[in-house]
Amino acid sequence: MLDGLQEILFTLRQNKLRTVLTAFGVFWGIFMLVLLLGAGRGMQNGIYEDFGSDVLDFVIIWTGETSVAYRGMAPGRRIQFRLADIQAVRDQIPGIKVISAERFVDNGTINYQRKNSSSQILGIPDEYFRVKEDVPFNLGRKPNPLDQDEFRKVVVLGSAVADRLFAKGEEPVGQYVRVRDVVMKVVGVFHDKGDRGQNSERVLMPLTTMQKMYGGGETTSNIWLRPEQGVDGFELEKKVLELLKRRHDVSPEDKRGINSFNMAEPATRVNGLFIGINVFIWFVGLGTLMAGIVGISNIMIITVKERTKEIGIRKALGATPGQIVSTLLLESLLVTGVAGYLGLLVGVGLLELVAFGLRSTGAKLPYFLNPSVDFQAAITALFLLVGVGILAGLMPALRAAKITPTEAMRAD
Amino acid sequence: MAGVLKNMIKLHDIHKFYRTGDQSLHVLKGVDLHIREGELVSIMGSSGSGKSTLLNILGVLDGFDRGSYVLAGHPVNNLKETEAARLRNKLLGFVFQSFNLLPFKNATENVALPLYYQGVGRKERNYRAERFLDMVGLSDRRSYMPNQLSGGQKQRVAIARALVADPKVILADEPTGQLDSHSTEEIVALLKDIHRRGNTMIIVTHEQDIADQTERQIILKDGVTATTRELAETRAAAS
Repeated sequence: MLDGLQEILFTLRQNKLRTVLTAFGVFWGIFMLVLLLGAGRGMQNGIYEDFGSDVLDFVIIWTGETSVAYRGMAPGRRIQFRLADIQAVRDQIPGIKVISAERFVDNGTINYQRKNSSSQILGIPDEYFRVKEDVPFNLGRKPNPLDQDEFRKVVVLGSAVADRLFAKGEEPVGQYVRVRDVVMKVVGVFHDKGDRGQNSERVLMPLTTMQKMYGGGETTSNIWLRPEQGVDGFELEKKVLELLKRRHDVSPEDKRGINSFNMAEPATRVNGLFIGINVFIWFVGLGTLMAGIVGISNIMIITVKERTKEIGIRKALGATPGQIVSTLLLESLLVTGVAGYLGLLVGVGLLELVAFGLRSTGAKLPYFLNPSVDFQAAITALFLLVGVGILAGLMPALRAAKITPTEAMRAD
Repeated sequence: MAGVLKNMIKLHDIHKFYRTGDQSLHVLKGVDLHIREGELVSIMGSSGSGKSTLLNILGVLDGFDRGSYVLAGHPVNNLKETEAARLRNKLLGFVFQSFNLLPFKNATENVALPLYYQGVGRKERNYRAERFLDMVGLSDRRSYMPNQLSGGQKQRVAIARALVADPKVILADEPTGQLDSHSTEEIVALLKDIHRRGNTMIIVTHEQDIADQTERQIILKDGVTATTRELAETRAAAS
């Protein structure tokens, strides 16, 4: 076996051009495929980055001033949600996975020692984190039901606020800050990429605490909700809007009194785009692969043809057909396997280099982030390429092994 | 070479057809041939007489359609490719007109090739190959590539390769066909020398003066063995 391998390596070394041509075909096919897949993934990551830290199926409903006269009431009426609205929606409309209030106070001042920050302060119930479940808490914890029940004076800071108030290396969690002149304990820090990072300028506290500290009663500024699995988010959004507009005597045509945004809409659009991109990538990728396969097949056929005489000599000297075929196949397996693996390695290496370069220079390309490759797809492509290359070599190899040595030796 | 000379090759009523489309060419029409161990025999015949076909059959390189062939006690009849390869490897050594060396292997590696197919290790293989290269007088050309050798030297390498696996029969197909007269003399002398060491040898040739130096001439004509001429004097010289 080892001797056979040595024999093959020797033959490959003595036929450098042939070896290099075959190897380059495989190398190039895999290399291009990896780059393509990586670029596609980079694009996908870049676009998803634009979605920030949000889940992709939320609906947010907010209020404004009515713009349409309705039931004898003049336009220009200010609408205000109450927590009872949330209860009503929860009770009357099925298919809701999460529904949460969100109340905010704009531009509250937060002090820590001599530093201060002017930030939006949000009062939120516990369900809120089931809407914002993808927002990472890098330090400390989220507010929890006990905080709500006991009106604890705890607060979580957006990372931008924390950076402003605390020096580098200082631990914010456990410190006390003054939020609109009320001393509160910091229990966590989160980082929300939404709104280009502006969502990290916020400070969150339990809704119950906010009610107690700053008044405002049972009101909420916005209502967030997510549909249950399998429920049509657009249908649900329509039903909830209908109910809320009825409760607040807002005309069904009024777009200002009560308005909403459904994340599923851009998500669907972007998913369509991704399907398009993926189809394109696979089309080009399979094209590249096909070109590689055709190239390898050609080289294999020519190789065997070119070696007919050699095969004849070897047979005359006592090589069995099995030995001939297995030597030829092992040879092509070695070349295509090593070259393909090298293509995979160089492709992945290049992608990693680009990703590293982007990361370390902090350069931001629009719609391109963290290119990486689906390793399984690349390995599958590699096996496909090698397998087909061998199959392509098998046919002429079998034929060559079958003709008599004299015939083979006569070939030139 | 006294003692009991047993039959090394026994051909009986060998027929061979070549079929091209619906045409059928009857090339060998019942060849009978006996060659004893240790004999030096030449097969003569004009082109088209079927002597290449006969050589291919003798060398288990090609099959035949009718008749029987026993090579060193092994019946050669409808052999599978793998068995044929084994027989060639173990029992036969070939010397071809066009040398048939592998161009990308040096002299030693070319000679060692039959041993590779016997599963002999590399070191042992090269050692034995070098010994045979010494024997044919090429000890200073061991690592030369075929394209660095003259025609006569290439044929010497081929002869060493034919001998390396210690075969029962050496088949030489026009071994001097591509050589000048000086090299021809050398190669013929070498072949005769190898025969004197006890090898059975069959030389296919159309040159009368080479055939004259063998013990027995088998003349093939129109697909049958026409005459067998024993040369008493060379026989006497050999024994």
